[in-house]
Amino acid sequence: MEICRHKDALEIRELDPFLAELLRQVPTSTETKDAPAAQQRLFSAPAAESANEFREEWRLYVEPELRKLFQSTAETVRHDLEQLRCTKKPFANCSLRIPLAHADAWLNTLNQARLVIATKYNFSESDLSDHYRSPFGSRRDLALFQVNFYGFLQEFILREMDQTPGA
Amino acid sequence: MGPPTRDEAERCPGGVSLEVATPAIETAEKTRAEVDLPWNVVVHNDPVNLMSYVTMVFQRVFGYAREKAEKHMLEVHHNGRSILWSGVREHAELYVQQLHGYLLLATLEHVA
Repeated sequence: MEICRHKDALEIRELDPFLAELLRQVPTSTETKDAPAAQQRLFSAPAAESANEFREEWRLYVEPELRKLFQSTAETVRHDLEQLRCTKKPFANCSLRIPLAHADAWLNTLNQARLVIATKYNFSESDLSDHYRSPFGSRRDLALFQVNFYGFLQEFILREMDQTPGA
Repeated sequence: MGPPTRDEAERCPGGVSLEVATPAIETAEKTRAEVDLPWNVVVHNDPVNLMSYVTMVFQRVFGYAREKAEKHMLEVHHNGRSILWSGVREHAELYVQQLHGYLLLATLEHVA
């Protein structure tokens, strides 16, 4: 896999089918249906339990706005992923172009996905620091690899944004 | 019978003037702000969020220089929490809302 900045976009080339599939799963990985703990993490409490009134107002007025924001960034990512081009040969490599203008949406959605997966699998800090575990041991190992792969993409996007004046 | 008017007070040198200056709006606002202080915006550790991501969020939301943003990020990482900002409640609520938009674990705390 190659990842580089080209003018006003980030380009991921030579993406093997396995990593391409993980990329395709970014938007669906943010879904929290049947995962109340993940839902709770994305919409965490803004104050202690004693601040009942504030928490209730937050639930009524702020949470719907946050939900809209998260859905909108995931939609942008889903749209970009439609451009994930693969050659017609089976098991061939793919490429993806992410416009820099969508970098914020990608950062947000990758973070949603990482948080949801990590919550579902209850990854500890030491799990998350294990970058050498094979993704093929179990479903849990694959999920850990997915979290770290998305983290790698976040790091790259952040680095490129840092070098973009006004980003 | 109401309080003496300014004219009545001036006409009666031995009397007591009850004239009270109308408080300025600015003074009222300042008092309210003082009563509101301090509300803290606290960010809590979450090992999933990347350190570089958290630093970027602090720079964006609070306009902090990188060094200051990194200092707070490390405080969150090592101590489990950091107070990012203190001030009036309305502003603190907006900061917490922005931080939640970036998926950070942030809370509003009133220091009693």
